[in-house]
Amino acid sequence: MSVSGPTVESNMRDLIAASRPAPNLHRSPLELRALKSGILTALTWIGALLASVPLFSVIYELVVAGGSRLNWETLTALPPSAFETGGGFGNAIVGTLVMVGIATLISVPLGILAAVQLAILDPDSKLTHTVRFLAKVLTGFPSILAGVFVYAVMVVTMKTYSALAGGVALAVLMLPTVVLAAEQAMSMVPKKMKDAAYGIGCTRTQVILKVVLPTGAPGILTGVMLAVAGAAGNSAPLLFTALFSNYYMSSLTEPTASLAILIFNFSGMPYDNQIELAWAASLVLVLIVLVFNVLARLVGRQKY
Amino acid sequence: MNAHSEMKVAAEVAAPASLGIVMNCQLEKVFYGDFLAVRNSVVPIEKNKITGFIGPSGCGKSTVLRSLNRMNDLIPIFRFEGKVTYHGQDIYDKKVDPVVVRRYIGMVFQQPNPFAMSIYDNVAFGLRLNGFKGDMDERVEKALHGAAIWNEVKDKLKNSGLSLSGGQQQRLCIARAIATEPDVLLMDEPCSALDPIATRRVEELMIELKEKYTIALVTHNMQQAMRVADTTAFFGVDISQGSRTGYLVEMGPTKKIFEEPEQQLTREYVRGEFS
Ligand SMILES: Nc1ncnc2c1ncn2[C@@H]1O[C@H](COP(=O)(O)OP(=O)(O)OP(=O)(O)O)[C@@H](O)[C@H]1O
Ligand SMILES: [Mg+2]
Repeated sequence: MSVSGPTVESNMRDLIAASRPAPNLHRSPLELRALKSGILTALTWIGALLASVPLFSVIYELVVAGGSRLNWETLTALPPSAFETGGGFGNAIVGTLVMVGIATLISVPLGILAAVQLAILDPDSKLTHTVRFLAKVLTGFPSILAGVFVYAVMVVTMKTYSALAGGVALAVLMLPTVVLAAEQAMSMVPKKMKDAAYGIGCTRTQVILKVVLPTGAPGILTGVMLAVAGAAGNSAPLLFTALFSNYYMSSLTEPTASLAILIFNFSGMPYDNQIELAWAASLVLVLIVLVFNVLARLVGRQKY
Repeated sequence: MNAHSEMKVAAEVAAPASLGIVMNCQLEKVFYGDFLAVRNSVVPIEKNKITGFIGPSGCGKSTVLRSLNRMNDLIPIFRFEGKVTYHGQDIYDKKVDPVVVRRYIGMVFQQPNPFAMSIYDNVAFGLRLNGFKGDMDERVEKALHGAAIWNEVKDKLKNSGLSLSGGQQQRLCIARAIATEPDVLLMDEPCSALDPIATRRVEELMIELKEKYTIALVTHNMQQAMRVADTTAFFGVDISQGSRTGYLVEMGPTKKIFEEPEQQLTREYVRGEFS
């Protein structure tokens, strides 16, 4: 192979190339391939639209039915009794926030520790594979069982329904989601980044704290938010643990109201006032989850 | 067991006791699991010189290089027999903390690997790690100057290190490695992801850096070894035992290795006759 000047060989190649007809590069819409592509594209659009119909109709319904009752009174007042008008669900908002807060405080540190073990310290042992498998199974765990479990462990021993028990039950539900999301986020931190940290003289702890966790933070946060959203709207585990209360909570060890249970209770009542409040409470629940998601995204977006 | 101790003696005799030797790698056997990857190689690294490692793929250049700061300890199946003396201490001694070793013997990797942080934080990372209390801005600037990238990044120190081009990222990684002023810099094919111009800049940089540091450089590029290495170590692969084991064939001044090597193998390799 020579680089300098044309050779006999390359001249021959040019000649052969020139004698070939120019290929037709135009699109022909009636070809089978184009038809198939068109049909499939249409199908995916229809699928996407159908899938979003329930979502949008729920949101529409919520805003229409719940929006009208959304005001300062409903956000702060206590739940009305049967034939009362007005009232609200301030205590349930506080209860939900407190219990989801407790659940987050428990499940996030525990979940991240577990994820560090699974993703970094011991990613390939039998124990790790078992734990990972169990966590996957537990994400589909019937939430009512979390409630029954915590009822047996906490409510029975403490002899009272409480926000604490409710928080723990929600934490049980959140934990697997947090673990799996955090593990995923941490194992996606490139090996070469970890090598760089080791190469500069980091201990394993420093590699985890200074490189793996900060780099994986956005992914971890997304997982936490998913778990929070799931927990905030779940009523089954709270039925057996926090129960409900018609008053603002004054301690963590007394029955406590929550939006999810309030919606569950009020939506089944034969009174218009309560049904309207259930709609408004649903809207508030969605808004709370939305606000947390937006905040998490702002705080945890990938900066670099 | 017997052959083992014989080899050990041979290795010690062969080690030159020059004052200019910062590190001396007296490798007997290196295993990945049961696989003997490299055997019997004595590689002295001279102070303020660039020592180039060349040889065919899989001959163990990276393995030897990464043994010099115990990076290979991160691979569970890795096992090192022999010693690597650094200022007279064996870094494989049980009392030695590999983390501390790596703070003195820095590393630049084949793939640029900045952290997902700002350019500034990338360079400051090692300093903060070492609890540096002085003027951070000054040291960061100095390191970026040292890595010949200051002019390109001085207006965007808050931008992500990952937003730079490959060649800039590699120079950022060099800045990160020299910010803590390590004694020895290990570079594993630092230019393999770079274009010819960036490669030249990094090569010029290496020649500047050897004034202050000692460099060991793995390269597949013969011209690069000729351009920058003062001493060259040629590794070969021994396939006689039905396995592929790397070993040091010959080491000497770069000019000698490329122009009048003692071994036939070396001659064939540097002339490009080796597969
Ligand atoms: N982590 C590892 N686990 C098992 N075997 C390994 C590992 N790393 C390297 N080896 C083996 O050790 C031998 C030497 O590898 P090494 O990476 O040191 O070669 P090299 O000379 O750097 O090659 P190249 O020029 O391709 O980078 C090879 O046979 C390789 O397969
Ligand atoms: Mg290599």
